[in-house]
Amino acid sequence: MIKIWSMKKNEEAANKKKPKTSAAQIRVQKDLTELDLPATMQTNFPDPADLLNFTLTITPDEGMYQGGAFTFSFVINTNYPHDPPKVKCLPKIYHPNVDLEGNVCLNILREDWKPVLNLNSVMVGLQYLFLEPNAEDPLNKEAAEDLRRNRDAFIANVRSSMKGSTVKGITYERVTV
Amino acid sequence: MAAVVHPGQASHLGDWAGRYFHIDQVLDKPGPRTDPSFLAGDGVKKFLREECKILVIGAGGLGCEILANLALLGFKDIHVIDMDTIDISNLNRQFLFRQKDVGQPKATVAAEFIMKRVPGVKVTPYFGKIQDKDDDYYMQFNLVVCGLDSIEARRWMNATLVNLVDPENPESLKPLIDGGTEGFKGQARVILPTVTSCYECSLDMLNKPTAFPICTIANTPRLPEHCIEWASVLEWPRIWKDKKMDTDDPEHIGWLYGVAAARAKEFKIEGVTWALTQGVVKNIIPAIASTNAIIAAACCNEAFKIATSSAAYLNNYFMLIGTDSVYSYTFIHEQRPECPVCGGESVEISISRDFTVESLIEMLTEKQHIQIKKPSLSTPTKQIYLQAPPQLEAATRPNLEKKVSELVADGGEVTVTASSLPFSLSLRITYT
Ligand SMILES: [Zn+2]
Repeated sequence: MIKIWSMKKNEEAANKKKPKTSAAQIRVQKDLTELDLPATMQTNFPDPADLLNFTLTITPDEGMYQGGAFTFSFVINTNYPHDPPKVKCLPKIYHPNVDLEGNVCLNILREDWKPVLNLNSVMVGLQYLFLEPNAEDPLNKEAAEDLRRNRDAFIANVRSSMKGSTVKGITYERVTV
Repeated sequence: MAAVVHPGQASHLGDWAGRYFHIDQVLDKPGPRTDPSFLAGDGVKKFLREECKILVIGAGGLGCEILANLALLGFKDIHVIDMDTIDISNLNRQFLFRQKDVGQPKATVAAEFIMKRVPGVKVTPYFGKIQDKDDDYYMQFNLVVCGLDSIEARRWMNATLVNLVDPENPESLKPLIDGGTEGFKGQARVILPTVTSCYECSLDMLNKPTAFPICTIANTPRLPEHCIEWASVLEWPRIWKDKKMDTDDPEHIGWLYGVAAARAKEFKIEGVTWALTQGVVKNIIPAIASTNAIIAAACCNEAFKIATSSAAYLNNYFMLIGTDSVYSYTFIHEQRPECPVCGGESVEISISRDFTVESLIEMLTEKQHIQIKKPSLSTPTKQIYLQAPPQLEAATRPNLEKKVSELVADGGEVTVTASSLPFSLSLRITYT
């Protein structure tokens, strides 16, 4: 058997024994405790001992979604950060990039996720969706079509959907604060 | 068939005539590049054939090849772990299995096959998860060879072997040889836990599974895969709500296939089949028998060289790309100082049993050589004190007044993270 220990001794790192805390666990702790969120975003942990399941509420202070509170669920699995967090929008909202089931079209949540990204990048990305809804990547086709055709009419729809009205046959949830 | 090379030597029973003719050319005399510690002749043969205990993780595509290679190289005490049972689709490349074995545990069938085919070799199977076994179990082996397709299982195995390294005990350092294939591509690497870069160090080098933008899936499907992802990512949760999709359940796959096929018809897309549906939702990358054979051979060569010191071993990453003709490349993958498994630092701290969490945090921020700004502390099972977000800070704040000894056992580990640390710091707490 090759003598690895002699190489090991030459290194100045003989005491690198680590705890059994999983890499995913350490990474989530690091991500969460170093979150740098503006006042428009707030996390909530139903069980503070469980760092892997929580919600994020975004209350935009500008743009067409100003005045609403939008809550997203975050579910992180033990293969984080290889796997991205699973994010869903909880209320039913009128938004071109969010469908009626709460699926969100944000590239870094799927095809462009990389382990070097973190929870902060995802949260900032979500907030951006409310400042700049994007008609090019539609998940709610009607909303995207409205935004493309007539921005003013789209804004009016956003305002009334946020109050819990029906837009084009679909009743949205009241999200105004 | 049962001719014995060394009559009278019990340990060589089952070795047929000429079994070691070729291998012994390598083991009987040193070569120009042989490691100085190499003991040519009986010493090394005795170690390999009578003492060395090797663990194989996975008895699938790579595992079957690895087990056969190791047995033929002369390893005689082989253990194998696999949690899967044999599926009919395995039979084209997992050559230790036959049609009659379908439904049986891979580890058990593979072990029996090897023992029958290569007399004198003992293969001990374990049908279950690697996570079922504890440190004492892993301590008994000299070497570990991994032939897995799961990233999660590999991360666990890697972290377990890194954590096993005890500075006081040379035997605790178990070389890990990791093989992996994806279609025509593959890699084999030698990981010397804490000495070389580990699996976690290279996590961001991995090819991520192909994911399609969710809006493409929803609106502009062009490929059969888009239709299948539409069924599994969007339609399943919409129709079945919280019911979990089980990709091993034929009824679930059947439902997805039906939904995907209807979608494909609507958009005039061809190619949605049952097999493709299963492949996409289980994220199955086509396995090529010959890629498995090459990578398994590379892994077993390294296992043999490390076990015998008969030649220089791989330092430390071998990459095979067979998609455009044949290309291979060997390089040293560097250890990452910020690796959460093998990087970071470990510090021993001795405090009195009355020492509070608050004083511990103060000590961390003041200590000259550490100087951590705003540290967050946890044990493997609970949070001690988190600096943020506000809700978690408030939830853990009552711990500040508690004694560390109430929360952490003597000799226990505390993980510290802080923005001023590249990754994490591990504290080993002992009480005076
Ligand atoms: Zn590492």
